Amino acid sequence: MSKAESKPTRVISNRTTVRQRVVEIWRYRELLVGLVRKELKVKYKNSALGFLWSMLNPALYLAVFYVVFQLVLKNGIPTFAIYLLSGLLVWNLFSTGLAGATGSVVGNAAIVKKVSFPREILALASVGASLVHFFLQACVLLLALVGFRYTPSPTFMLLVPVALVALLLLAAALGIMLAAVNVYARDTQHLLELVLLAWFWMTPVVYQYRLVADRLQENAWLYRLNPITPIVLTFQRAIYNQTEPIGNDGNRLAILPADAGLTWYLFQLLAVAGASLVLLALALKLFGRVEGNFAEEL
Amino acid sequence: MAAAVQVDDVAKRFRLYKEKYTSLKERVIHLGKVPYEEFWALRDIDLTIEQGETVGLLGHNGSGKSTLLKCIAGILQPTSGRIEVVGRLAALLELGAGFHPELTGRENVFLNASILGMPKKEIAKRFDEIVAFAELEKFIDNQVKHYSSGMYVRLGFAVAVNMDPDVLLVDEVLAVGDENFQRKCLDRVKRFQREGRTIVFVTHSADLIRQVCDRAAVLDHGVLVALGTPGEAVRAYREHLLQTDRAHEVEQLAPALDEDTAETDASVEVDDGLSAQERKRNFKLRITDVRMEHPGAGERPYLLPGEPLAIRVAYDATERLEDIVFGIAIHDIEGRLVFGSNTDFLGVPVGDVDGRGVVTFETDATPLLDGTYLVTIGVHSQDEGTVYDWQEQRHQFEVMNPGRGVGQVHLGLNVSVTRERGEDAELLR
Repeated sequence: MSKAESKPTRVISNRTTVRQRVVEIWRYRELLVGLVRKELKVKYKNSALGFLWSMLNPALYLAVFYVVFQLVLKNGIPTFAIYLLSGLLVWNLFSTGLAGATGSVVGNAAIVKKVSFPREILALASVGASLVHFFLQACVLLLALVGFRYTPSPTFMLLVPVALVALLLLAAALGIMLAAVNVYARDTQHLLELVLLAWFWMTPVVYQYRLVADRLQENAWLYRLNPITPIVLTFQRAIYNQTEPIGNDGNRLAILPADAGLTWYLFQLLAVAGASLVLLALALKLFGRVEGNFAEEL
Repeated sequence: MAAAVQVDDVAKRFRLYKEKYTSLKERVIHLGKVPYEEFWALRDIDLTIEQGETVGLLGHNGSGKSTLLKCIAGILQPTSGRIEVVGRLAALLELGAGFHPELTGRENVFLNASILGMPKKEIAKRFDEIVAFAELEKFIDNQVKHYSSGMYVRLGFAVAVNMDPDVLLVDEVLAVGDENFQRKCLDRVKRFQREGRTIVFVTHSADLIRQVCDRAAVLDHGVLVALGTPGEAVRAYREHLLQTDRAHEVEQLAPALDEDTAETDASVEVDDGLSAQERKRNFKLRITDVRMEHPGAGERPYLLPGEPLAIRVAYDATERLEDIVFGIAIHDIEGRLVFGSNTDFLGVPVGDVDGRGVVTFETDATPLLDGTYLVTIGVHSQDEGTVYDWQEQRHQFEVMNPGRGVGQVHLGLNVSVTRERGEDAELLR
């Protein structure tokens, strides 16, 4: 045969290295794109509004939080819409991606039992689909920016891609791990919903970071151990672009760290990205160990 | 030739849980005490399949043949050992696995092919061929949920065989679908063979093994018991099937024999594993020996198709018996009667017997293709009212077919070809 020299060799064994897994996943990258497309297509196939749903979600959240926090609780954050959306988009990407990934292997049992491919792809496809939603929701944010004639910070915008990569790494690592766990303990999915709810309120999305950080004073780093916090802060710093604006009541309102520069943010983002990479390697290792049993367990 | 599939010391263990705990809550409650039984589906499997070879995996249900195929396909992971597959692999395990009902046929072709590991560019190149093969030109842009099951299977097969695999794994999918579809599948398999691709086949059809395989492996209870030419493998497979049957019979017989004393009570129906005829025997004449004789008996335990066979029945009568008939019946391994007759029907009356003697049944050419054949010998009165001795399927002979012909009966066919300008030309007019 003419193509004998370029034939890939596949090793099937329960001892595969993380490198082998990454190579396998890379080889199936087209499937990843195909699965993301499938997920989006199937989701919107029978709905009249289609992709508009994606954009409606943050708009509705905005309406609810606006009523509760601005009108009822009077938190006093100026241009609350921009502030909320810049954090909420990050959170939505993380939470829908992670929740989707967790259920992905069990949800695709029919394929997992019959066809061989790196199953991490299923979890990655869920994260990928939520990334697409993220960009759609970003359109809502863009509309808000235009509507309010609001200018983000050009310098801090440079950090947004870094933050996004760190977030995707974290979501992928946790997603792959939980997808495997969910095969053995199916209620992981439901447990995760509760954890995500608590996690959301532990992240400064609807309230301001300084509300907590100032109270903790020198222990504020504890608050930033939540890996989503640095990412949300970066988005807020870049897009909302105000650290201590004049609040709705006329007094100065502490929202973001006042004297934190580019490096302060960058350092934290790199820490999150680094930790996520380690976590991802662990997740691939764990996944590789148990993947061979998926077909039996499902 | 290089190896296409290399299986090294592979073992696969399944855990059979009495109760399966699939939620965190249950797992916490039953922490550390989940009862299960271990079951080795595969043990110490070493197998090298060369490039361009077609290898069959034979075995009865539960022998581990499908598990091995799934391990090679990478769907299951071996508990220990490793498998190396060179080149692109396609598995026809379940056709259309991964089709999504909400997507159209076209979208599913692309998705399915990429799940199977085919690059998008190549799918696009082969798309028309896939659709033509599936005969779905009109419906390719309809949602798959509106397809009939036949259309679904056709599309699945079309995608799988157009994968351009180096190694093709085929499970018993060929057994599904109508005859036309089966022929199409088989044609494709043969084309792949001609193109020098490697094929691994799982089946329990000995005929199919003979028809398409270069070599075959036999699995029994997860162990590779034979590996060789299709003929040898089929023989080993039949032998193992017979042994398992025997072992099973002994198990059933044992308790019945223990309760032998209860047999005096006539109202109790004892299943002692004897046939109705065997229960009637009075042993006034005993069959002392039954022998199968054939020319190759010295060097091999089986006959070749068309060889002569003699079945000699030695008897010992304790008293003078009148009008005795010796009967013979031959069954195949699946219990079908192949042939039955007796001395009376054959026009050679035995007449009266006393003391010892031998009755021989002979054929010049055994018209059987391969298989294990079970021989029943009965000695009874003319009207079958009295049974002297009867041995129901206690003896056997085997026929092994070294050739490529399939089926049950050996026809000594001669082939000639007549062309238009030949001597027999007037036949064509």
